[in-house]
Amino acid sequence: MKFTLLIQSAPIDSQSSATALRFARALLKKGHTIERIFFYRSGVHSANRLTLAPQDETNLPQEWQHLVSDNSLDAVVCIAAAIRRGIVNQDETARYGIEGENLLQAVELSGLGQLIAAATQSDRLVTFGGGG
Amino acid sequence: MKRFLIISRQSPYGSAAAREATELALACALFDQPVALLLLDDACYQLLPEHQPETIAQKNLSAMQQSLPLYDVDKIFVCQRSLAQRGLTLDSLSLAVTSLDTRQISALIRTYEMVINV
Repeated sequence: MKFTLLIQSAPIDSQSSATALRFARALLKKGHTIERIFFYRSGVHSANRLTLAPQDETNLPQEWQHLVSDNSLDAVVCIAAAIRRGIVNQDETARYGIEGENLLQAVELSGLGQLIAAATQSDRLVTFGGGG
Repeated sequence: MKRFLIISRQSPYGSAAAREATELALACALFDQPVALLLLDDACYQLLPEHQPETIAQKNLSAMQQSLPLYDVDKIFVCQRSLAQRGLTLDSLSLAVTSLDTRQISALIRTYEMVINV
């Protein structure tokens, strides 16, 4: 089956991003296809490359980076939600004349259309977080 | 083509939830997908007229809400019980919406392929 995953909560505030990560791994293990992973609302913090975690704790953005690049997945962060929360890539730092790009390399900044397009191509859209 | 239902549960201000739910509903419409909006709990307050968010340095959500029908998001549903719990009536709201009881809401959700609880 083809899945699109939508993550809406920040890794540090909610279990949602970690659950989504484990769900994504389980899908791949079972032979399903992930059409796209989309980060919206505070979920965009999952794509902050500058996140640090104590050694005995999981660094979720790093885990997402591995999952996406190791499996050549398509992962997108909503650009409007991201720039409001300080998640930017080189294009955006250049556009706004600021320093310090922090977006995970494996993830792209794009619009909500990418969520809608992926959902229309998928058998299932599964959301993590949201409602609060 | 898939039918989208966007569910919002938050008041218009206090977090970006209401704005980001509205933006998602508008985006579905812009990309030519059939879309409806369902307002539960404190999301009822999103439809009250005469917001004055400038006093807390926020942007008015009503302007964006009012554009929903223009973008063919013409199906806006609101939970009857949530309205009643807050002492609100349909005619006190700034947009024409349909109110549903809880049984109708569960039936409604089942008719959509893509349900996003923002």
